Amino acid sequence: MSIEEENFQKNDNFKLTMLPGAFAKRMRTCVVWQFIRFMVLNIKMLIVVSKSH
Amino acid sequence: MARLVVLGGGVAGHTAATFAAKWLGKEHEVVVVTPNSKWNWIPSNIWVGVGQMKKEEVVFELAPVYKKAGVIYKQAKAVSLNPEGKDTSDKPFVTIEYTQEGKVGESEDVEYDYLINATGPKLNFDATPGLGDGSGQMGTNTVSVCTAEHAVHASHELEKCIQKMKDGERQKILVGTGHGTCTCQGAAFEYIFNVEHELKKAGVRDMADIKWISNESFLGDFGMGGLHMKVGGYVVSSKIFAESLYAERNVEWLIGAHTSKVEEGKIEYELLDGTTGEETFDFAMLLPPFSGVGLKAYAKDGSDITESIFAPNGFMKVDANYDAGAYENWKASDWPKTYQSPAYKNIFAAGIAFAPPHLMSKPMQSPNGTPINPTPPRTGMPSGIIGKAVAHTVCDLITQGEGAHLHEASMAEMGAACVASAGKGLFTGTAAAMTVYPVVPDYDKYPGTGRDTKYTFGEVGLAGHWIKHVLHHMFLYKAKLKPGWALIPE
Ligand SMILES: Cc1cc2nc3c(=O)[nH]c(=O)nc-3n(C[C@H](O)[C@H](O)[C@H](O)COP(=O)(O)OP(=O)(O)OC[C@H]3O[C@@H](n4cnc5c(N)ncnc54)[C@H](O)[C@@H]3O)c2cc1C
Repeated sequence: MSIEEENFQKNDNFKLTMLPGAFAKRMRTCVVWQFIRFMVLNIKMLIVVSKSH
Repeated sequence: MARLVVLGGGVAGHTAATFAAKWLGKEHEVVVVTPNSKWNWIPSNIWVGVGQMKKEEVVFELAPVYKKAGVIYKQAKAVSLNPEGKDTSDKPFVTIEYTQEGKVGESEDVEYDYLINATGPKLNFDATPGLGDGSGQMGTNTVSVCTAEHAVHASHELEKCIQKMKDGERQKILVGTGHGTCTCQGAAFEYIFNVEHELKKAGVRDMADIKWISNESFLGDFGMGGLHMKVGGYVVSSKIFAESLYAERNVEWLIGAHTSKVEEGKIEYELLDGTTGEETFDFAMLLPPFSGVGLKAYAKDGSDITESIFAPNGFMKVDANYDAGAYENWKASDWPKTYQSPAYKNIFAAGIAFAPPHLMSKPMQSPNGTPINPTPPRTGMPSGIIGKAVAHTVCDLITQGEGAHLHEASMAEMGAACVASAGKGLFTGTAAAMTVYPVVPDYDKYPGTGRDTKYTFGEVGLAGHWIKHVLHHMFLYKAKLKPGWALIPE
């Protein structure tokens, strides 16, 4: 069963929010994509850090 | 020769002391007074609390590091300040009580020219009956991850809980805040998802009911009044972001809750609508509320002047606007910039030790008058930046004289990078990587969200976990003053 069919039925709070679909979930631990995100996030964080010092 | 005394060797104090020692050189003295012999990288206590790291990986001995830095280290806790000296001398001093083996209980008056109070929080377990043991320590009903020792204990209790599930016994797990005025929701958020991740790894997730309880009026408030961030092309409230993660991981939530009593296996709570209820548990990690560490202050004649230096919650008053009044009048500019005590110009506070002017979240109370709202977080990055700015100020005052420029580090003008772990594992781990700018919402500049959405974002993924891991090693490296440490940003 897909995560939305399984979890949305569990309680009303859950039903009113959003859930990642199978693709979004896979991308979260896809090493190649996450390596790119790692680079992007580091740059974004460095910008915030540099604005704060 | 001038002497700077730094009270507290945590994130803010350690940063302040090590930079001050580097900038002042041997001509002046830097003294650190802190009760623990070891430094703790507190964010990684979460991983100790789920058995994924050993205590030894998150702590190190302070003495050799301070020796290398030329810092005089006193393993002791500060008890009181005499900012005007005493009848026989005008020299201000701080009274300390040793905690070092062999000297326990011995007291000493340490004179100072400049003082930085970076004593962080008192973990006020006794604010909730049954959360504490009645003598200021954590009680036996719940666990905590606030110190490395607490985290080791938490991991042992979790292990027992997992074993019971393996033996076929269903378990109820409760994680969140142990009082209506707690802060640091981010730490509990990390813990609940790390526990969930570990249960999955142990193959017992189906045997657990996991529930979040917190004083936030909405999920994702985090004590910062929530935040809006760019996700997938939308600008979205952290409420949606947080609720989505809880729903995905099948974690129920109870919010707007003040935990009023803790017993073995049961808590009582009051909600924002005034109703009360009970929640049972087999394993619970509930954070205590924070207060100041309870330093006293005395005038030259020995009279008690604690109230002129410290706010009623024990945190030190600094250059903030404490008279902002109602929520509608709050401004980003209420937040302190230089962290100088208005009462004594040679005293500063850094990190959690300074008294915030007011909450960041909207103040809330139940119809019974019980305040149920998160107090403002002062996380690692702001604490480090403030510690460094204050050290800079003190060094300039020492080397350039009293007219030197006071360095500024307002939380309303700085951002914070937060990486909230949601499970550990080189290829299976995830974390919510977030940045927020500025930390304190500024509704004059950004009337809709309070923050600059160009620099406020968040996403969940393995990359966040890698960053969290890199930060663990990087900050321990920096705190140990290894080559190039000063180049690593706070
Ligand atoms: C479990 C947990 C996880 C966290 N995770 C994160 C995270 O992922 N990212 C993040 O940015 N922040 C995180 N934080 C918050 C972060 O730890 C704090 O922001 C930071 O430690 C505050 O620094 P500080 O120097 O003000 O206080 P502390 O680091 O607590 O240091 C205070 C120091 O003062 C000492 N002290 C106490 N009393 C006295 C006394 N009377 N005299 C002298 N010294 C005294 C204490 O022993 C301690 O060494 C987390 C906090 C917790 C509890």
